[in-house]
Amino acid sequence: MPKLQELQDLTVQVRRDILRMVHKVNSGHPGGSLGCTEFIVALYNEIMELKDGFDMDGAGEDLFFLSNGHISPVFYSVLARKGYFPVDELNTFRLINSRLQGHPTTHEGLPGVRIASGSLGQGMSVALGAAQAKKLNKDSKLVYTLHGDGELQEGQNWEAIMYAAGKKVDNIVATIDYNGQQIDGATKDVLPMGDLKKKFEAFGWDVVDIKEGNDLEAILKGMKEAKSRTGKGKPVCVLLHTIMGHGVDFMMYTHAWHGKAPNDEQLATALEQNPETLGDY
Amino acid sequence: MKKYIDQGKNDTRSGFGAGLAELGRTNPNVVALCADLVGSLKMEKFIEENPERFFQIGIAEANMMGIAAGLTIGGKIPFTGTFANFSTGRVYDQIRQSIAYSNKHVKICASHAGVTLGEDGATHQILEDLGLMKMLPGMTVINTCDYNQTKAATIAIAAYQGPVYLRFGRPKVANFTPVDQKFEIGKAVMLNEGTDVTIVATGHLVWEALIAAETLEKQGISAEVINIHTIKPLDGEAVLKSVKKTGCIVTAEEHNYLGGLGESISGLLATTQPTPQEFVATKDTFGESGTPEQLMDKYGLNNKAIVNAVVNVLKRK
Repeated sequence: MPKLQELQDLTVQVRRDILRMVHKVNSGHPGGSLGCTEFIVALYNEIMELKDGFDMDGAGEDLFFLSNGHISPVFYSVLARKGYFPVDELNTFRLINSRLQGHPTTHEGLPGVRIASGSLGQGMSVALGAAQAKKLNKDSKLVYTLHGDGELQEGQNWEAIMYAAGKKVDNIVATIDYNGQQIDGATKDVLPMGDLKKKFEAFGWDVVDIKEGNDLEAILKGMKEAKSRTGKGKPVCVLLHTIMGHGVDFMMYTHAWHGKAPNDEQLATALEQNPETLGDY
Repeated sequence: MKKYIDQGKNDTRSGFGAGLAELGRTNPNVVALCADLVGSLKMEKFIEENPERFFQIGIAEANMMGIAAGLTIGGKIPFTGTFANFSTGRVYDQIRQSIAYSNKHVKICASHAGVTLGEDGATHQILEDLGLMKMLPGMTVINTCDYNQTKAATIAIAAYQGPVYLRFGRPKVANFTPVDQKFEIGKAVMLNEGTDVTIVATGHLVWEALIAAETLEKQGISAEVINIHTIKPLDGEAVLKSVKKTGCIVTAEEHNYLGGLGESISGLLATTQPTPQEFVATKDTFGESGTPEQLMDKYGLNNKAIVNAVVNVLKRK
């Protein structure tokens, strides 16, 4: 079991990877990636039960589906540093002939990815299918997902949310990156979504709030709580309250860095705030 | 010409239901999903025999396509069932990203295609679905012509790796293909050899093409009739071999001429062997309410329309 300090070191290194990846190609989505770094690091290194290696079916192990595919930098970095593919391959992010497409895909056969995502709102349905396949296969492992909060404006999510509770798909933990931001501004200004906790509860889900969504200890505690609530007849939702751009002071508390890369000077500043821990790729 | 006997009118969707039921007995990985149209899709037998392998999604087709994609992760072979309109246009992006681009082993089974859906009218009568589906890279597109062929196709696609769109219809139509005919994906079926004109037909227009060929025979015109059930991948070899002999072609389908089988064939011929071609298809229009027969007549989708098209194409040889 990795110590908290090891997870912390990995988090800082993943942040550096994210910043360097998007800087190199002057494109990509650093804001949401940085906001979810602690979560994805904790999920892959402490929460999920994973086999060695990768196969598409993922029998006998927990699965993860990234629905908000634009935060691919954090996904790729965590996958690479978990050993799914060589860390050096992060150098190819968004370049031609790369397996690391702008948004994750199975098309180029990148280990660790089981579905394409990017066009928003589709991940929960896919995860529900995978969760129901696990039930059919008498596989007791769980399915985890991550969705943007703005992504919940897509109607397909609510079809899936209704279905999951109605059909008692209780082997899924769906996490919402609750940062209150989307491309055009704050979600409350673009399209207010009301009380998400009450909405999920009204649809029949069990909801766990993680108020400090950028604090590793809070995430570990909250996700263990969420896991303990699976298998009880209800799907489980985690509202992960995060700060977009977390860990880089000038990227925080704004939607400005949703889909914008830092320039040379900004990168230097951002990297100074996140000194190398495990070695850059 | 070769005689085909109608073994008794039946609907292609019942062929799907029978094929699915057989798969339920023979392939434990096959699962079925439906968006509140179990009766229309004739899925009752599969459900009765395999309740644990059936997923009633409710009226939520987008969710159904996503769930189907997810079920493949875990080794299942999902068959989705709803009307053709709700199997394609309504869920295009879900199919595009979660199924086609992700290369998932999902079988999208679509009933009530085209104007033969009848009285419900244009909201439900899709004439664009073949085009939508054939444009997706990696998607196999099949349009079956009768009960026997639909049953055989349903069974065949389960063993085929990759996403498939299987299109069939609502009305009871002639059932004339041999009950034991093997369904080979991507392989045209020669129904009648001829020398003057090639008629290539798919779906409900195949039987009409055979009637048209009989009429033409009486007029001294020898028509070669080919059934192309797989729109993509297209059996170009069969088409080219035939037009080398006949020198002209009529394509017939219950679909818009834009995006359909005829368009695929014209693309093939233009780049290999330019050949006069006439299209029996709808002419960039929506359908409307009416009986299937009335609509097939009004929109020029029957044996009379095929005969007229042959007369026209022969003048252009």
